[in-house]
Order: sequence, then structure tokens, then C-alpha cells
Amino acid sequence: MDLELAARINGFLAALVLLTAFAMLAQRRMNGLIHLFAWQGLLLSVNAAIVGYAAARHHLYISSVLTLGLKVVLLPYILHALIRRLRIHKEIEVVVNIPTTMLIGIGLVIFSYQLTAPIRELSTMVTRSTLAVALATVLLGLLMMITRRHAVTQIVGFLALENGLFFAATSATYGMPLVVELGVALDVLIAAFIFGIFFFHIHATFESLDVEQMARLKEGD
Amino acid sequence: MNAYPFLLEVLQVAALALVAPLFAGWVKVLKCWSQGRTSPGLLQPVRDLRKLFAKEVLLAENASWVFRFAPYLVFGVALLAGGVIPILSVDLPLAPTADVIVIVALFAIARFFTALAGMDIGTAFGGMGASREMTVASLAEPAMLMAIFTISLGSQTTSLAEIVRSIQGGHHLLLRPSFAFAVLAFVLIALAETGRIPVDNPATHLELTMIHEAMILEYSGRHLALIEWAGMMKLALFSYLGIAAFFPWGIAVSRDLRALGLAFGAMALKLAAVGAGIVLIETGLAKMRIFRLTEFLGAAFLMATLGMISFFILE
Repeated sequence: MDLELAARINGFLAALVLLTAFAMLAQRRMNGLIHLFAWQGLLLSVNAAIVGYAAARHHLYISSVLTLGLKVVLLPYILHALIRRLRIHKEIEVVVNIPTTMLIGIGLVIFSYQLTAPIRELSTMVTRSTLAVALATVLLGLLMMITRRHAVTQIVGFLALENGLFFAATSATYGMPLVVELGVALDVLIAAFIFGIFFFHIHATFESLDVEQMARLKEGD
Repeated sequence: MNAYPFLLEVLQVAALALVAPLFAGWVKVLKCWSQGRTSPGLLQPVRDLRKLFAKEVLLAENASWVFRFAPYLVFGVALLAGGVIPILSVDLPLAPTADVIVIVALFAIARFFTALAGMDIGTAFGGMGASREMTVASLAEPAMLMAIFTISLGSQTTSLAEIVRSIQGGHHLLLRPSFAFAVLAFVLIALAETGRIPVDNPATHLELTMIHEAMILEYSGRHLALIEWAGMMKLALFSYLGIAAFFPWGIAVSRDLRALGLAFGAMALKLAAVGAGIVLIETGLAKMRIFRLTEFLGAAFLMATLGMISFFILE
């Protein structure tokens, strides 16, 4: 496979990652959201494998398999189990309505394109143009954490943000050193367990996962 | 004087006006099959049109000239668009007169007069339909133009004939993300503009949900026939427009009859595939609540804009 073709496939996958990020912003149902998160993970995994093959960085295969196992299978499974156990199936409440969120999202994409333009000029790698998309995915994950009230959705937003970082690492530097990536994967896994435990505690205390409820934690009301 | 361009225009308009009812029939037949019903046959829309043309025109007492004029205008505009969009060949004498933006404007004229006619007779349904149609239009048109601009960026022209030429000469086209986004956006918009299922249900006259049918409720006889025919042509036109802008392989570029024959075959095959696609979407989805339309068309606009952005970022 020549680099030109790899760069094209990389660009196409970047577009799909961006699309899943926006779809997650628009998604109202919890189950759909987790499915979209799994799809995004799959795209990242495929992308890492292709970049690894084209640039002959074989440790990227390991991170590709790691992504596949963690973000496509394990984390969605844990999240599904959580929402089934806590019986959350209702539509997600949003702070800002969805079309407005989309417009803000478009603004963020343009902003990150503007921001990464100088790096694009300097870099000589074939995958440099996807850096803007990676940054946009990070910002969109952040936007999702801000605009949603539900704890589970915020966690999915956080994980999507981490997806963006992983994508940035594969497209800007052909992947981080393996040790770092293993560490990050372990961190995400531990974080998922901690989130799970916290969800149970929040649910037991407030009988809801709406983070607005936490305003009641303030003293002296 | 060479008669070939004129022959071509006649063929094009015929390919639109005569194929459109068959295409509508094909969609109906497929839909019947997919729902396990016996279909009325491919020619049912033709029979319907013939019946309507034979019937007497009944006009409401206070109908003005707008009401009588609108069907002819809508039909004429559809025919004109058929002469401009490259259906069989790019070598059209009319093609340089109108680019894609003009074609979108042509659709807008037809819609404007249909809405006026809907309000003209002063029934509640007419006004309701007109208001809904314009709501859909105001959301769909910017998205449509964005999708078209995304394609134009790639081929650096807004003329459809030139777009067809440049895509046929291009390479690696299917791997271009902007192109894929534009296709997705175009499909969503075409569903909204032609009144297919997630937006409007073409098969019923259900009072509270209809959009297009509400405006033409008072029409009868040949007026109704013309409007229905124009509606079928609009469905075919959007298919042709999509085919020309995104999958133009097969449309004749050279001036010989064999290429034309091939183009006709390719057109028939692609239309059949488009019909199957429409039926697949319609059986898979339920009609959307009208207040959800902003989200549906907002998504179309988003895709078109993402396509345009990704053209700059990724290509």
C-alpha cells in the first residue's frame, strides 16, 4: 500500500470519526449513544492499523488491537450493563437544544482547523491534515460534556474526548510510545470502573443520575 | 444546420416526462412487494393521469388566475429543468443557460406558486399546507445549496454538464470525504423536497400530517393531472440531479448514437436502483413529527457544511 492511498483512507476515516462525533452530539437515546461510541472506537482502531501498516510502525498494531478490545467491546459492554442495572433508558436531557449544539459544533471544527493550520504547514507527514479533525473531536467531546446533564452521557463525552486524543496521537506522530499507550489504556479502564462505582453511589443518594441534583450538596441552604 | 442538439433536447424532455410516471409506478410496485401486497402494475400512474385528464375541471368560486395558472407553470418548470439537467448527454444546447443554482431556483418558483395556489382558494388546509411547505423549503434550500457548492468546489464549476465531465475524468473520487458527505446531505434533502416518507407521506390524505397534498386538495381534472405529473417529474428530476452530480458514469460525453443508447440503459438501471433505495428508506422509517423536521433538515445542513469543511481540511 502506498502512502498516498493510506493518506486518503486516513482522511476518509477522519471524516467518519467527525461524523460519529456529531452523531453523538445529536443522539438522544442512551443506547444509541453507546453504539456510536463503539463505532468511533472501531474507526480509530482501523485507522491505527492502516497508519501502522503504511508507516511501518508495528507497535501501532498493538494499540489498534488494544483500542478494539477496550473501546469497541469492553467499555460499551460496561456502559450497557450499567444503564441496564440502573434502568436508565429514557431520552437524554440536554441543556442547549440540539440544532444550536450542532451549530456550535461546526464553529468548533472551523476553529480547530484555523488553530492547526500552522502545524499543517510545518509537518511533512502524510496524515498531517487529520490533526484538525482530531482536535475537533476533542472539542466536540468537551462540548458534549458541557451540554448534557446526565452523568453517563458526560462520561461518554469524556471517553469521546480521549478518542480524539488517541486520533491526534496516531495522525500527528504515528502513535505515542507503546509504554505511554499501555498506560493510557489502563487509566481509561480504571476510570471506567471508578465511574461505575460512582454511578451506583450517585444513584443510591439521589435516585437519579442528573448532575443538576448535585447542587443540593452545597452547604447552608 | 445540425439537428442533433435539438433531437437531444427532445429526447431528454421525453426521457423525463414519459419515464417519470413509470418511475413512480416502479416505486409503488416495489413498495407493494416489500409489504406483501399485490401491486397495481407499473402503468398505474399513467392510467391515473389519463383518467384525470378526461375529467371535468371544477374550480372553487373565489379561485383567481393564480389558481388556474399554477398547474401549467409547475409543469412547465419541471419540463424546463428536464432540458437543463444532463440526463442522457452533457452536450445539451440549453445547458450553458442554467447552472445548478438556477435549477434550485426553478424548483423554488414551482414551490412558490403551488403555495400561492394553496392559499388562493382560502381553505384552512391550503393555508396550512402552504405554511408547512415553505417551512420545509426554508430549511431545505440552504442545505441543498451547500451540498451543491461542496460538489462544485471539487470540480470548480457550478454547471452540471461540466461537473459530469470532470467527475467522469476524475480518479479516486469515492474516497473523497467531502463527496460522501455531500451525497448523504443530498439524499436527506431530496427526501424532504420530494415529500417522501420521513418528511411527508405521499400515499395518504391524512389531514393533520399532510404537507404537499394539503396544498393541492382543491385541484381537479386536468389541473390535478398536471400537478401530479409534475410531482412525479420532480421525483425523477431529483434522481437525475443526484445521478448527474454524484454518479454520472454512463452519461454520454461524445456525440454518437451508440453512446446515447448506452446512456439510456445506464439511466434506466440507475433509476431502478434509486427506486429500490427509496423503498428501502420508506419501509425502514416512520413518518417524522413535523416539529422534528428542523432536526432532520438541520442534520442535512450539517452534513453539507461538514462536507465543505472537510474539503478544505482533508483534501
